[in-house]
Amino acid sequence: MSALLEVRGLSVEFDLKDGAVSRVIDGLNFELAAGRTLGIVGESGCGKSMTALAIMRLVPVPPGRIAEGAIRLAGENLLDATEARMREVRGNDVSMIFQEPMTSLNPVYTIGDQIGETVRLHQGLGRRHARDRAIEMLRAVSIPAPEKRVDEYPHQLSGGMRQRVMIAMALACRPRVLIADEPTTALDVTVQAQIFDLLKELQQQTEAAVILITHDMGAIAEMAQRVVVMYAGRKVEEAPVDEMLTNPKHPYTRGLIACVPHLEADPALERPPLMEIPGVVPSVAELGRGGCPFAPRCAEAMDHCRRDMPPETAVGEDHTAACWLYSETEAAA
Amino acid sequence: MTASVPAAPAEEPVVIEVERPWREVWRMFRANRAAVAGLVTLLLIVLVTVLGPFVYPVDPFAAAGPLLLPPGEQGFLLGTDQQGRDLVIGLLYGSQSTLTVGAAAAAITITIGILFGALAGYYRGWVEEVLMRITEFFQVLPPLLLAMVVVLLFSPSIYSISIAIGVVSWPATARLVRAEFLRLRELDFVKAERAIGARNARIIWTIILPNAAPPLIVSAALSVGIAILFEAGLAFLQLSDPNVMSWGYLISVNRPQILEAWWPVTFPGLAIFITVLSVSLIGDGLNDAFNPKLRQR
Repeated sequence: MSALLEVRGLSVEFDLKDGAVSRVIDGLNFELAAGRTLGIVGESGCGKSMTALAIMRLVPVPPGRIAEGAIRLAGENLLDATEARMREVRGNDVSMIFQEPMTSLNPVYTIGDQIGETVRLHQGLGRRHARDRAIEMLRAVSIPAPEKRVDEYPHQLSGGMRQRVMIAMALACRPRVLIADEPTTALDVTVQAQIFDLLKELQQQTEAAVILITHDMGAIAEMAQRVVVMYAGRKVEEAPVDEMLTNPKHPYTRGLIACVPHLEADPALERPPLMEIPGVVPSVAELGRGGCPFAPRCAEAMDHCRRDMPPETAVGEDHTAACWLYSETEAAA
Repeated sequence: MTASVPAAPAEEPVVIEVERPWREVWRMFRANRAAVAGLVTLLLIVLVTVLGPFVYPVDPFAAAGPLLLPPGEQGFLLGTDQQGRDLVIGLLYGSQSTLTVGAAAAAITITIGILFGALAGYYRGWVEEVLMRITEFFQVLPPLLLAMVVVLLFSPSIYSISIAIGVVSWPATARLVRAEFLRLRELDFVKAERAIGARNARIIWTIILPNAAPPLIVSAALSVGIAILFEAGLAFLQLSDPNVMSWGYLISVNRPQILEAWWPVTFPGLAIFITVLSVSLIGDGLNDAFNPKLRQR
């Protein structure tokens, strides 16, 4: 299984107002094969969305910049590509679904225009063909009466419908990689399930690789084969999804999983209280102070953790974590 | 792609038929009686301006009867001025230059304003610094003085007057457009547009600009009114095309006799007043029609 998308040593820096530089993504590695789904989880502010923007090369410059690393799409390093080449890649090879379906559609154009725009930009289709394609895509995302809906404006649609339209837009050119940045956060739970089913179905048809960015462990369990947990711009743990959910190693991952309420538990029985992770994600200004960034919130933190950054260590078959609890060097320290 | 994806969500509410945006604006506009009155008045003025010269194909500067004849006497409905010119003819022909300059100057104002405001608001950084310093430079110059200089530089004509008014009035529009761009550029649909590979020019002109249209349209309507007043002011200062009749010119030449004869000053003044008022009412109506808070009624 060769990787379609390969991210190596990716670091993104931002200039702060006081002249300092903050590393919001630090040495991120992961890879993804066609037809597979990678989940990226973490709290708000962990660099998940920034990772998505970096892959699209849409990190706002200035104040931001991609400091180092490589992002290879089928072998081509996107960080070396020209801006013109990137415009070809965006929407055509790699496309993105945004978090807020309510604001991600342009209110002055019909949804047909907006879905058709992608194919007109990338495939040079004429107006009429683009419209046919838009209708076809609306049908593919199960919007009823697509011939009629195609001429409607975003404000005439519900949130779930709009997210379907966003998906139709993102998939109109059959991209090889689809980045879904919290695609269901703004939607009702029932609609969330429909959107996930739809995404899975379309992924099977198009063989697209999907990066699902979320803080919802349930969504990960549903959708992904592999999970990367991010904290403060770093990958803290990576494993296949079953392994991650049943045998989490990093204290942060364990905390995240403990935060999810378990409905299947018998309410009559005594249940463990719902966990929370104390404290908050460090702000960009607090990054890069040496030591594990999670140490201040970690119940198992040792002196070592506050001094040195833990390296990525194998903690099982196909399972890595960046934590001193599992590093052999710990004994020596 | 044929999908057997989970059937259409039955629990999603059936979408109520909603009006197309422009029809909704028109409905809101129609509900504002003053604005409709303004629109009707302005259309009448335009009609009269277009048809007038065909109905009375005469030289508006030629004397038609005795000097300073009061209104209604000897068949002169509005009387004559201090050179014996029929004021009806004067008003008819004068509206041509008034409306032309009003529209042309507003067009120049909007064009420069959009160009500066859009580029500054979209690109930020040094582009914004340079463009906004230029804008501020024009904003601090006294407009009337600057306009007079421009007109005198090129000898007064419809063109030089329109350009002069446009050049002094664009900064306000530029700031308005910039503010709209600063707001809109951060919205998700603009980011989404970048994510599908659109180039900057496309994002500026076809994605952001149409979303900035409502305040711009209102501001355009108001700048027509301001341009008309400005044109009259310049004509009053003798800065008008000597070969083109205008309302400001009529007021200017008849001003010395205002104590003996009120009519040659009053009627052109009223004409300016009514025109500017109707344009402003239209602008006001558009403002209400585009305001989403009022739309809920």
